[in-house]
Amino acid sequence: MSSYLMEYLPIVVFLAIAIGLSAAFVIGSVIVGAQRPDPEKLSAYECGFEAFDDSRSRFDIRFYLVAILFIIFDLEVAFLFPWAVSLGGIGAFGFWSMFVFLVVLTVGFIYEWKKGALDWD
Amino acid sequence: METITRFLTSPMMIELIWTVAQIFAVIVPLLIAVAYLTLAERRVIGLMQLRKGPNVVGPFGLFQPFADALKLLSKETILPSGASKAVFVIAPMLTFILSLVAWAVIPFGEGMVIADVNVGILYLFAISSLGVYGVIMAGWASNSKYPFLGAMRSAAQMISYEVSLGLVIITVIMAAGSLNLSDIVMAQKDMWFFIPLFPMFVIFFISTLAETNRAPFDLPEGESELVAGYFVEYSSMSFALFFLGEYANMILMSGMTTTLFLGGWLPPFDWPILYLIPGPIWFALKVALVLFVFLWVRATTPRYRYDQLMRLGWKIFLPFTLIFVVLTGGVLLGFGLLPQ
Repeated sequence: MSSYLMEYLPIVVFLAIAIGLSAAFVIGSVIVGAQRPDPEKLSAYECGFEAFDDSRSRFDIRFYLVAILFIIFDLEVAFLFPWAVSLGGIGAFGFWSMFVFLVVLTVGFIYEWKKGALDWD
Repeated sequence: METITRFLTSPMMIELIWTVAQIFAVIVPLLIAVAYLTLAERRVIGLMQLRKGPNVVGPFGLFQPFADALKLLSKETILPSGASKAVFVIAPMLTFILSLVAWAVIPFGEGMVIADVNVGILYLFAISSLGVYGVIMAGWASNSKYPFLGAMRSAAQMISYEVSLGLVIITVIMAAGSLNLSDIVMAQKDMWFFIPLFPMFVIFFISTLAETNRAPFDLPEGESELVAGYFVEYSSMSFALFFLGEYANMILMSGMTTTLFLGGWLPPFDWPILYLIPGPIWFALKVALVLFVFLWVRATTPRYRYDQLMRLGWKIFLPFTLIFVVLTGGVLLGFGLLPQ
């Protein structure tokens, strides 16, 4: 078990180095570059005039829809990973079990399609 | 003194130092590759459009990326007054960190991998999925309209294409019978996967273009309407980190394409003489080839419309890859070709 986890130690070290490197870049530029902030410079950018309205306003519902669809299909992919890697071991029974699962999902997908959840016009 | 020497020469410490050395042996060439990818992009697109591109700084413009880096380093770091400061600072760092750590599992040659974990492809998939957080954090924290719109579009686009990307990876796993990237490369010794899985290879490549927000799917940036998308408010090294992260991601995605479909470090033919050239060189050549296609596509194709982009991802790629997953599984099972 511990040797199993040891495989991941280099990733942790890598993560630490990457964090250090990115922090060094940002801090380095703050030290090297001249910092002369003024209110105009720090205001939000908006094509030549002062920003009006809050930018955190309402946005299109379809972004939510895409996110929900993504969760469903990404979960499906997550289910498929162990199935795909062991397909040689589980044989025809495993294949058809997953086939039924995929058919059920496809029915849902066709419903979404017909309802127009995938349309952006 | 003696305890310090004993501590430094203990097996664990030596292993740690060796790991750190390996990591820098990956990061340093990677950052240099990123620097020269930006130059190559400008040169290649310049030449394709019958102009010269940057050629003044150094011979053939070879010092241009370093001049750019110095310029960006010496610029003022701007924290917009309306921004959520902490998230605003962390977002570009996150993008950069994620584009680096993914390289821990990519095999550059036989046994030449920093962390040879047995679920390497899952790790890659997970890290590349996290990339969307950097974008959405930047867009939200900026508290400005263009970044917000850009981040929304970008997030929706990235998650849409991730689904087909995942399904394509499933077909590769079925053909290789392993989640370990070295095993996947070795499974391609007789035939690279892009030949039997050619449609999947094409879809994978197009999806990586969308994942990295590259032309023709670069509308999160869409400079003609959104100025620069989610990083409008960024300046100085924070901007550079986004830039580095994005290009490192391009190289990573090319590396993934190479590992999954183009035989990783293996030479194109199974001839002994080709094995004289070390694996990492084959790997780098293949990655460079894929990257060139990235640039070529950018110089050739016009930008997609957003509805076309979503249509391609959800209505064409998703059903097609889904059918192909079943098809691949069925064929492999029916002909008894599955790896045990």
